[in-house]
Amino acid sequence: MNVLLQKDREFMLPARPAFIVASLLAALLFNGLPWGGIWLALRPDMVALVLLYWCTHKPHRFGIGFAWVIGILADVADASLFGQHALAYTLLAFGGIVLHRRVQMFNLQQQTLQVFLMLLASYAAYAAVHWQVRGHFAWGFMLGSVTSAMMWAPLTLLLQSLRRPKGNSERL
Amino acid sequence: MDNTSSVKFFNRGPSPIVRLVFFSLLSLLLLFIDARHQYLESTRSILSTLIYPLQKLTSLPPMLWHEADDFFTTRNRLSADNEELRAQHASDAAQALQLQSLQAENTHLRTMLEMRERLNLPMQLAEVLYAERDPSRQKLLLNLGQSKVAAGQAVLDNTGVVGQVTRVLPLLSEVTLITDKDHEVPVQVLRNGLRVILFGSGNPNELEMRYAPVTADIQDGDVLVTSGIDGTYPPGLPVAKISHIERDPAYSFARVQCAPITGVNNQRWLFVMSSMAKLPPRPEGPADTSAVKPRKSGKFPR
Repeated sequence: MNVLLQKDREFMLPARPAFIVASLLAALLFNGLPWGGIWLALRPDMVALVLLYWCTHKPHRFGIGFAWVIGILADVADASLFGQHALAYTLLAFGGIVLHRRVQMFNLQQQTLQVFLMLLASYAAYAAVHWQVRGHFAWGFMLGSVTSAMMWAPLTLLLQSLRRPKGNSERL
Repeated sequence: MDNTSSVKFFNRGPSPIVRLVFFSLLSLLLLFIDARHQYLESTRSILSTLIYPLQKLTSLPPMLWHEADDFFTTRNRLSADNEELRAQHASDAAQALQLQSLQAENTHLRTMLEMRERLNLPMQLAEVLYAERDPSRQKLLLNLGQSKVAAGQAVLDNTGVVGQVTRVLPLLSEVTLITDKDHEVPVQVLRNGLRVILFGSGNPNELEMRYAPVTADIQDGDVLVTSGIDGTYPPGLPVAKISHIERDPAYSFARVQCAPITGVNNQRWLFVMSSMAKLPPRPEGPADTSAVKPRKSGKFPR
């Protein structure tokens, strides 16, 4: 119970809107790095992860509409079809928001599996659009879901530590 | 706080399902429009200008990486490269120099070959090994020894007379140049056949014509060729060109300066001409004006 309370407190950490926006921009930046070849296939989708993080940790601050806007930006940055990322991120945000209580109950390892399934579903939407428009299914990028899921725990820890107010971390 | 109750959550607006449906449909609509039509290009360009700073920023890390790479290249590899190139350059320069001298030598030898064919006299090619160390003496040492040459043989290069062999050693022969102070050449003015004698001046670029009367028919630029008198030099070989004439009525002889046709000190390869047919011995008598041997012999340093 105590542990659960502790965990709940972790989720209660303050988050300023500016910080949310900055984290998403940083994620877009990360995705925009010049990846190529196998690294592009293995690239963890940071934007999706950060979105998911905010959806599960701040479901009231962060909504599906915001995810959609970020998706549109990702489409522009990625030069993909308008709505492709937006659709995927909308689905992801929905999953995150609906399941946020559930995710919060687990520890990071268990969260990873949940997150992986959500990422996979989101990627499936993305790949389905790709398949409809371009005519072939991009299996290779499925690997990105795996690496993304593996990045979940480190990313969560990183964002938590950034959110924790400096100097009074002992108080928590 | 944020996650106190789910009731609040649902009170904040449309339910997530509604939002999901709405935004999914919006996405699909956009997808459809974008895939079928080109209406959204302007929107895309506007959004892309929004996102441009971000994209600019993403190109920063690779750029920094390249710069860092360049920097360390500069430090380490570049200095090594530099050293290597320097060494390469030095050896190349040496080779280029050699090439130049080889080319020069080649053309020189070619012209000599032509001259040999033209003169049609038995000649031997000789290489200059040493030059006289005493600057007041105009002498050279050739690589032909006793078995090949004899004292008194004329030495030429491809343009004219250089000197004559004055001493023969077992492996070397000594040549006294026409510009040596103790050397004279009997010559003729090519233009009118006037016979005169050229004396060396000790200066490698100058010869002196002595005993030419003030009234003698000589002009600046006259070419002097060997006359063949006294049998040392074959006739008709160019020796010098008159460069300066001074006629002073106070003296009976004009002061005439000449420049050797050939740079007597310029060559590395010379011809030694085989002795001409022996002339009948000169009758006994006083005076001789056509000394072809050094006047003072026995002055060679050793």
